[in-house]
Amino acid sequence: MALYPHVSVRDLRKRYGDFAAVDGVSFDIEAGETFALLGPNGAGKSTTIEILEGYRDRTSGEASVLGVDPQHGGLEWKARLGIVLQSSGESGNVTVREQLAHFAGFYPHPRDVDEVIAAVGLTEKTKARIKSLSGGQRRRVDVALGLIGRPELLFLDEPTTGFDPEARREFWELIRALKREGTTILLTTHYLDEAAQLGDRAGVIASGRLIAIGPIDDIGGAEARIPVVRWTDQNGAHDERTSEPAAVVARLLAATGGEPAGLEVRRPSLEDVYLDLVAAHTIRKTTTEHLERSL
Amino acid sequence: MSSAIATPRALVGRTLALGASRIGYEVKVYFRQGDSVFFTFLFPLIFLMIFSVAFSNTSFGQTATGAKVTAAEFYLPAMLAAGLLLSGLQNMSIDIATEKSDGTLKRLGGSPLPVFSYFIGKIGQVIVTGILQSTLLVVVAATIFGVALPADPARWLTFAWVFLLGVSTCAVLGIALSALPRSGKSATAVIIPITLILQFISGVYLSFSQLPEWLQNFASIFPLKWLAQGMRSVFLPDSFKSLEMGGTWNLGGVVIATAIWLVVGLVACRLTFRWIRKDT
Repeated sequence: MALYPHVSVRDLRKRYGDFAAVDGVSFDIEAGETFALLGPNGAGKSTTIEILEGYRDRTSGEASVLGVDPQHGGLEWKARLGIVLQSSGESGNVTVREQLAHFAGFYPHPRDVDEVIAAVGLTEKTKARIKSLSGGQRRRVDVALGLIGRPELLFLDEPTTGFDPEARREFWELIRALKREGTTILLTTHYLDEAAQLGDRAGVIASGRLIAIGPIDDIGGAEARIPVVRWTDQNGAHDERTSEPAAVVARLLAATGGEPAGLEVRRPSLEDVYLDLVAAHTIRKTTTEHLERSL
Repeated sequence: MSSAIATPRALVGRTLALGASRIGYEVKVYFRQGDSVFFTFLFPLIFLMIFSVAFSNTSFGQTATGAKVTAAEFYLPAMLAAGLLLSGLQNMSIDIATEKSDGTLKRLGGSPLPVFSYFIGKIGQVIVTGILQSTLLVVVAATIFGVALPADPARWLTFAWVFLLGVSTCAVLGIALSALPRSGKSATAVIIPITLILQFISGVYLSFSQLPEWLQNFASIFPLKWLAQGMRSVFLPDSFKSLEMGGTWNLGGVVIATAIWLVVGLVACRLTFRWIRKDT
């Protein structure tokens, strides 16, 4: 196993004219780790991932992917990567098997074509032309093409867009199998449950900045994960954040002498934490901009 | 892990092997696209048939023995040259521009496929389809329109090198020109006017000898005029050389002009070809 982190980014910046798409991002991804990069549309996720894939040049900062500067990655370097891009619109005049067998030939140690087709659940479509597939099925071909070269590091840019819930569960199983084999994974997704299911750690990016980073269960800090007790009484709906929800429920029971109406105890999910983080960042940013303008 | 592609020698072998695999893939994809087969593969054949039928009563000159030169005989070399331009330059540049905008090249650029293997695949596809196209043209001209084919092996040798030089030059120029359109959608609009004008001024649709001298001189800058001339030297009676500029087939000129364009195309490919437009 490599001694260096598979991905290492320091103060990464990418400017387009006056616009900073990525504005000083730093993080590491260790070998074998699954890292989820989260953030709203246009936050800089795809720009960051495309810099790491070698598709874009950074304006400044440092980046290392499998020990190589992605701006100067050669064919040997590319052979160790698997890339699932955000979108693809190829004409698709080849069959699923033809396409995978063809791409398998590019790599020194490819996976078995039929095993990969089975792993993404396309065995019945092996001989179908790619253009005849549904959007979700084409996405599975994209994922299969990302896996075929037996990558050490796999980039997944919104891989399950267009999947039905069942297909998403199957995809998660596939990714877990890859994790067990030791594949390092950088995942961007809009589905927070997906990040929670698959990720070891996550980073939240907003307006080009990394606003939170940490293990999935800690992100946003302990504060953000304090459970909420909700109930309703004659005065309307209430909610109370407390680290002792059972005590609050007991107090309510004693006070009302019966079942409190609409009682609910909730631990904030990753999605709740994420939405709070992004909302807080947006408010802070807007306030700063207002201040700057009024000064 | 990646020892298989480490040494330069292994890299060359790998590039060639993958190039061969790309040729198979490209040819397969080409013939599965219905529209490109019609517009570029069969186009010269359709025009040969239209001209041969439309001008079936027109004489295009006489052979040394006094026999009439038919429209089919006259247009066969022109359509062979047009076929090289359409399969090589036009189809190739539109095809690559489309692949650039639909994400095909982005995917390939993220894989360890050497860029030269990609070029070999493209050029190989043009050579394979060009051979089939030329064979079809010659066979149809000979069987349906009764065109007498040359018996002299030296003429067929000329045909072989004009074809190979022409097809490689057009393919390489096609790769270079694919950098011009900003998107796959605009590719047809950018490329077709170029090839259409070239065909009109280079003696493909109109008889070259009837063009004004300044236009002949202008057309001589571009390779198509020379390819058409080379093809005429193969299929038209030798006496027709008096109609060419300078009254000779000037095969040396064909070699030089086309080879210069081949080099220009190679340099342009090297300088302009990118898997993706970075930062757009």
